[in-house]
Amino acid sequence: MTTTYREAMRAALRQALQEDERVFLMGEDVGRYGGCYAISQGLQQEFGETRIRDTPLSESAFVGAGIGAALGGMRPIVEVMTVNFSLLCLDQIVNTAATLRHMSGGQFSVPLVIRMTTGAGRQLAAQHSHSLECWYAHVPGLRVIAPATLEDMRGMLRLALEDPDPVIIFEHNALYNREGELTEVAVADIRRAAIRRPGKDITLICYGGNLHKTLEAATASAESGIDAEVLDLRSLRPLDDETILASVRKTRRAIIVDEGWHSGSLAAEIGMRIAEQAFYDLDAPLARVCTAEVPIPYPRHLEQAALPQVESIVGKVREVMGQNV
Amino acid sequence: MSAPTSQVSREQGLRWLKDMIRVRRMEEKCAELYGQEKIRGFLHLYIGEEAVAAGSMPELSAEDAVVATYREHGHALLRGISMNAIMAEMYGKREGCSGGRGGSMHLFDAKTRFYGGNAIVSGGLPLAVGLALADKMQNRQRISVCFFGEGAVAEGEFHESLNLAALWQLPVLFICENNLYAMGTALARSESVTDIHRKAESYGIYSSAADGMDVVSVNTAVRAAVTRIREDKKPAFLEMRTYRFRAHSMFDPELYRDREEVDQWKQLCPIATLTAQMKAQQLIDDRDIDGIEKDTAAEIHSAVEFAEGGHWEPVEDLTRDVYTESR
Ligand SMILES: Cc1ncc(C[n+]2csc(CCOP(=O)(O)OP(=O)(O)O)c2C)c(N)n1
Repeated sequence: MTTTYREAMRAALRQALQEDERVFLMGEDVGRYGGCYAISQGLQQEFGETRIRDTPLSESAFVGAGIGAALGGMRPIVEVMTVNFSLLCLDQIVNTAATLRHMSGGQFSVPLVIRMTTGAGRQLAAQHSHSLECWYAHVPGLRVIAPATLEDMRGMLRLALEDPDPVIIFEHNALYNREGELTEVAVADIRRAAIRRPGKDITLICYGGNLHKTLEAATASAESGIDAEVLDLRSLRPLDDETILASVRKTRRAIIVDEGWHSGSLAAEIGMRIAEQAFYDLDAPLARVCTAEVPIPYPRHLEQAALPQVESIVGKVREVMGQNV
Repeated sequence: MSAPTSQVSREQGLRWLKDMIRVRRMEEKCAELYGQEKIRGFLHLYIGEEAVAAGSMPELSAEDAVVATYREHGHALLRGISMNAIMAEMYGKREGCSGGRGGSMHLFDAKTRFYGGNAIVSGGLPLAVGLALADKMQNRQRISVCFFGEGAVAEGEFHESLNLAALWQLPVLFICENNLYAMGTALARSESVTDIHRKAESYGIYSSAADGMDVVSVNTAVRAAVTRIREDKKPAFLEMRTYRFRAHSMFDPELYRDREEVDQWKQLCPIATLTAQMKAQQLIDDRDIDGIEKDTAAEIHSAVEFAEGGHWEPVEDLTRDVYTESR
């Protein structure tokens, strides 16, 4: 079936609402407006105002209320418009959602799903272009996932709802309009990383909105005789070390592509894990392609220069492979 | 609510008209340029709400500070940032008032003490409180004015800021531009108490509401509030009841309100209202309006030329201005 990532997520929401009475969606402008990225368009007409619940601009309060509702037996899906605004509810997520189970000695769990859009690329400037996945992936008690394929966009929500603990789903804004063939939803997985392109020379590790750029870079590298393997993390916390290490041990080289800023990035964490566990299997230094250390600038040429691009990934591949650049 | 316009002098009225028309036409041009993809990203038009900025800015002195939101083109222009610098910023050119780095949502200007251009709803309120705190601690007589939409009222930062300003008796003027919608969420769907100025009262802050579609009413309210703040050295709060005629941003299909409602509010257009009043009082005639329109068209024309002729910053400078460069 041909569909878009937007429609895939909408279908996932619809299915979740149909299957489980306890499920409801709340967030800013999810109802009458139809969602700021039009994900939930039409759902309020279908499921009513109590289950597609518009909230005031009160990120801390409605995420906190989601935590409470989850404790109270509901299965809330809270949409925070974008990761940028999630900074206003960081406290509720980090200090309450992530800690309740532990602080209560395992008595309480928080089966809450939080969805948020992430990423840059639309010239929305410094306050609307963050990729802060790694901040959340830092926190024990949270599960953090990032769909990169249509199947995962369609299938991950359900798996997240089945999880007894808080799950954050990061949806990259560049994916929503993308169209493709949706095959089997059952292949979605939130636990295991996936090899999206097998190869033998080098492993390119990526997630979310950067999968397509990375696949393109792999195709481009093939023209210069480099057979790159592309690994889609899917889960940013916990990380699937096993799949990562198996791939790196096979190819003996790795580059991590991550839209987070270079310093303190998820790429840094993954690189360190490889160094810790597979150092002697490597034939070349580890490398990463991340966002430049600058708040995202508004002009297109500067924004594009700040972000990982197909060309910068290809360049890094050549460098690591020891080809002249 | 409307104050009698009979006291409006020809000179004062013409200034307001000119200010509002400059904002209106500049933004109409921006919408057109957005269609041509000269301006990118988010663009939030102030069209319909011009009376608020036009009635407020003349009451501020050059030393006062202004904090605004992403819907700030009018505030920036009427605060005195040149249309050239604003337009160049919209393009993302180096000659823009933020060096091109900010774009439409992040207009800044140190000279006129214009502190943005904040695209996080309610993000500017604590900033204004802090600016006022600095003034108080250094015994300066200036005030900080903070513009924000009614959507911000639901955020914790709104309440925390009002409390702090009242508790520490800081010279802040909070101006809530209540245009009834936060994106697609109507005020009555997001607030248990919709009389916003009453919320400020609960913090012991002097507070009132004014007709934000009427520049005279706005100006009267702002003048009274500013005088009070300068005398009492305490914050004040104004709720301006207004309406945006255009979509929230260029991406909004406006599914949440009826055409008729928008049309009704358009009848209250602040430019048309003041023009009609002044004409009825024979303070102005068509030639005055034509003159303003002509001057404005010329100003816009040269601003667009200026922006077109501006420069793209070289990519080598990508990481500039992240930290102070000379320490
Ligand atoms: C903290 C935060 N949450 C959500 C948003 C997304 N957003 C941008 S503008 C807006 C509506 C704000 O409405 P209001 O404050 O009334 O101002 P108006 O746009 O009407 O001028 C929303 C929800 C944001 N920018 N910041």
